[in-house]
Amino acid sequence: MEHRNEEDRPGVVLTQAQACIEWAYNWGRKNSVWPLGFGLACCAIEMIGASMARFDLARFGMEVFRPSPRQADLMIVAGTVTKKIAPLVVRLYNQMPEPKYVLAMGACAISGGPFKQGYNVLKGIDRYLPVDVHVPGCPPRPEALIHGLMQLQKIIAAQKLTGPNRPRFLKAEVSGEYPVPQYGPHDLEPGYTAEYWQPPKLAPLE
Amino acid sequence: MEALTQIKSRLELAVPGIRVELIPNPSPSQQLSLWVSTEHAVAAARFLRDDPQLQLDFASNVTGVDWPDLVVRETVLVTQPLDGVPTEFETVRETIRPGYLEVVYHLYSMALKHGPVILRLRTANRTDQTHLPSLTPIYRSAEFQEREVYDLFGVVFDGHPDLRRLLLWPEFADYPMRKDYVEPDDYEYEPTPHGAVLERARPHYSKEAHHG
Repeated sequence: MEHRNEEDRPGVVLTQAQACIEWAYNWGRKNSVWPLGFGLACCAIEMIGASMARFDLARFGMEVFRPSPRQADLMIVAGTVTKKIAPLVVRLYNQMPEPKYVLAMGACAISGGPFKQGYNVLKGIDRYLPVDVHVPGCPPRPEALIHGLMQLQKIIAAQKLTGPNRPRFLKAEVSGEYPVPQYGPHDLEPGYTAEYWQPPKLAPLE
Repeated sequence: MEALTQIKSRLELAVPGIRVELIPNPSPSQQLSLWVSTEHAVAAARFLRDDPQLQLDFASNVTGVDWPDLVVRETVLVTQPLDGVPTEFETVRETIRPGYLEVVYHLYSMALKHGPVILRLRTANRTDQTHLPSLTPIYRSAEFQEREVYDLFGVVFDGHPDLRRLLLWPEFADYPMRKDYVEPDDYEYEPTPHGAVLERARPHYSKEAHHG
């Protein structure tokens, strides 16, 4: 059992049984991550390419792009998140059942990319959603997306079922819903969810 | 296609009371365009579409231009008495040409394979008289493009069947393509700010003098 940690699990039999269950549970989950089938811009074309025969996401159990957020485990934010679509992206995330993950694909979804200084593009989806994996690129090649998905598989495989470090979906008191921003007269309100994300601190210019 | 001056004279004959001007274009293409008076714009567009020699049946492009107030400087000779003798002085006279919003239509003929004829409409000013007649009843393809001009420039098209914001949300109050649009002040870290971005960055860096 590679995930066994003797220090926080004194009972050997229980530890082994629990580690077995944990491994099997996570193994099943990580090999059937169903993404939500939606794309926002050109990154979606690469995402589609990654799912087709040449790159074949089916090797990782991820070929089932679900049209409904109720059936999806993973939100691949593929493309430019404009401020007009941002509340709808957050709402889609809120409609997904736990456990759910977010992968920010491409420069735009990570930081706004080439449109960062525009008035109409969100400077990264992590202002409103908890992003698990960032895949940079403009757009990332399908290999990069597959690498990002394999990183997500590692994250899932390392998740604990008990203890204080267990993931959010196993904590009954923590809500998986994130605040939906509102359309304001000049900008989205608020510009970011301050509870989860803060803009980077700025060192003074020389 | 016949010359634009000829189109202008035929337009003036066909639509009584219309005022048409040829707008020169200083760019290398030298492409002239037609300004028509606002109240006759629909009749002019109908003439351009239905005239058998023109048959401009396709509005390929509708776009907006924002012309802010322009200070025009010109040197004039002014006669003033100097030591009792009337003398001519050169002075610079400044006049303010009031700004306006302009909508440009590029019209082509699919039937006769010619074009474009460029049609310009101008509002009275940029603030309260921003109404123009919609050409969507004449050219159906202008519908979404006029909505976009309304969205980004704030030109209100009278007679448009469905004038709503196209790209931005309905609660949005500004017109972002106008020259005096003020963007939301949401500058964030940039690895190598330069140019206009650096100018936007400066107050943020001095305000939050964090280290590290």
